[in-house]
Amino acid sequence: MDLLAQQLVNGLFIGSVYGLFAVGYTLVFGVLDILNLAHAAVFTLGGLIALWLVETWGLSIWIAFPASVLICGLLGLLLDQVAFAPLRQRADSNFSGLISSIAMAIIFESAALGLFGARTVRFPAGTVSVHIWRWEGLSITSLQVEIVAISILLMFALTQFLNRARVGKAIRAVAENDRTARLLGIHVDGIIAFTFFISSALGGAAGILFGLYFDSLSPDMGRSIELKGLAVIILGGMGSIPGAILGGLAFGLSEVLTVAITGTSNLRDAVAFTVLFTVLVLRPSGLLGRKKLREA
Amino acid sequence: MHNIQRLKPLVVTLVMALCFLSGQLSTEVFAAASEAKIGFALSMTGGAASYGATQTKGAQLAIDEINAAAGADGLKILPVFEDDASVPQQGISVFNKFINADKVSIIIGPTLSNTAQVADRIAQDAGMPVLGISNTAKGITEIGDFVFRNSLTEMIVIPNTIKVAKEKFGLKKVAVFYGNDDAFTKGGYEAFKKALADAGIEILTEQSFAKGDRDFSPQLTQIKGKNPDAIIVSALVEEASGIVSQARQLGIAATVPIIGGNGFNSPALIKNAGEAAEGVMMGAAWNASSTLPANSKFVAAFTAKNGGAPDQFAAQAYAGVYIAYEAIKKAGSTTDHKAIRDALLQLKELDTVLGKFSFTAGRDADHIPVVQIVKGGKFTVLE
Repeated sequence: MDLLAQQLVNGLFIGSVYGLFAVGYTLVFGVLDILNLAHAAVFTLGGLIALWLVETWGLSIWIAFPASVLICGLLGLLLDQVAFAPLRQRADSNFSGLISSIAMAIIFESAALGLFGARTVRFPAGTVSVHIWRWEGLSITSLQVEIVAISILLMFALTQFLNRARVGKAIRAVAENDRTARLLGIHVDGIIAFTFFISSALGGAAGILFGLYFDSLSPDMGRSIELKGLAVIILGGMGSIPGAILGGLAFGLSEVLTVAITGTSNLRDAVAFTVLFTVLVLRPSGLLGRKKLREA
Repeated sequence: MHNIQRLKPLVVTLVMALCFLSGQLSTEVFAAASEAKIGFALSMTGGAASYGATQTKGAQLAIDEINAAAGADGLKILPVFEDDASVPQQGISVFNKFINADKVSIIIGPTLSNTAQVADRIAQDAGMPVLGISNTAKGITEIGDFVFRNSLTEMIVIPNTIKVAKEKFGLKKVAVFYGNDDAFTKGGYEAFKKALADAGIEILTEQSFAKGDRDFSPQLTQIKGKNPDAIIVSALVEEASGIVSQARQLGIAATVPIIGGNGFNSPALIKNAGEAAEGVMMGAAWNASSTLPANSKFVAAFTAKNGGAPDQFAAQAYAGVYIAYEAIKKAGSTTDHKAIRDALLQLKELDTVLGKFSFTAGRDADHIPVVQIVKGGKFTVLE
């Protein structure tokens, strides 16, 4: 019994990181109808930049974390300006935007490779003090709790922001129909840029949390989560924020339970994607996606 | 008659001069040909980059020593270092470059058994001797009669590790955890399985992971549920570090030793896993604390040059260069690859940092292994 409970904890934990990653992914899709394939590269850079701040500048992780998140947000602005904005006026901007985001992903990854080297790097010992709670054979680390708490907090803040804040409402208006939004006097380009800022900041935050927990960062670490993030937002319903969170948790749990049952990690992705396939056959718009895909 | 007597000193001088000149000439001819090109195919990037880095340092030290000792007209080594990027495809192109473009005397490497499985065949087909310095998986030297290795195979190191661990901890039932998509870790797993069966130790559960995995907690949770006496792990150092620290985080008691293969034998494990690495055991081909004169000299020189202690991979690379050099010297040619291969086979009880070194008839390494345990953040030999 406590074995199963421990596996559920493992699954919820990794699922919340997937969720945080996917929320940023799906946000851009909800607003622009464009997949930003450079999101995984920003995820990687988030982790590596935080490590760099901690290691080279001797900053505490509690300062390095927001600083790195901010830098990732700025990278999001850059991404928008370089890869998406110039194409926005063209007729086929969705497709060309997808391609140019792949180019940005390669540039970001190469930059990470050049700046940080190909080696797997780690946060110095004692970056976060880890306390381990044990209860009835169940073992949870303070780091896990912090990571889940930060993920939930960020996801909650985002939802509130979109529902209540003026800019959040503007984002939703642009998501609904950018032409109407423009007619209503909303600065559409600014809102899109801001969406990229938030999306990339969240992606970077997921990268830092991922790097902190597994304590192993490399320029190619984004690849392991890239396809999963895509699967998570499809599973949850494209463009749906609660869907991305739910999809992330479902994905994390299915992965962990598959490994636990089969005793090998080779079937992990196979089962996760089979689940995705089944859901899509039964519910083509994903778990929480309504007929109307754009919700943001 | 008289005249001839008078001419004698002149003749002698002339003859001597001629001898000297020809001697001069012959040494000059020899000096021009006395540079042995050695191709090093090592993983500078990719998953095995941490091994490749230390191997490069070990090899470079040996080359510097040999070239300094060779003086002006002895046989020198001209190294050609190439990155195999930890992937077989890149290994193949590096091997092709060594064989066709650089025309080296011998190839040392590649770092990973996975790469060796395919790249060594290229060398075999071309009749180019290749000396593996870290390939320990099964079936490498079976590729052909030009393939050698100075790294003890898991088949020799692992039974010894299990025997010592059983005596020390009274192991009865263990869990096995291994990477199942890599020749090296899978070879280690098979060796462990056989050694455990031979030692009469029960395997409670077998779990596996894939290259690049970062989350090992599902498998470790299952293992914890079985309450094993020890966890046997066959993994490369990056994954090994993650496994060791996550196992301790999940609350697997420090009294349950984690026993690993060759991949654990790297200072990176202690650096990465920190306190969690305490008590981790592994078989090793090289005894870091050995006081053999060759070894003490190597450790001191390596530490002075690189500002850190060498590991087994550096030691095997260092020994590999000396072994290759010895064979090329013995063969008396830098271009006759068959003679170099024959010379390798004839090496007997060569004094190296690994101990007295010979090749078996199957071209595998033959010397005595040790068992190490991490204590106080250091590898120490388990007696």
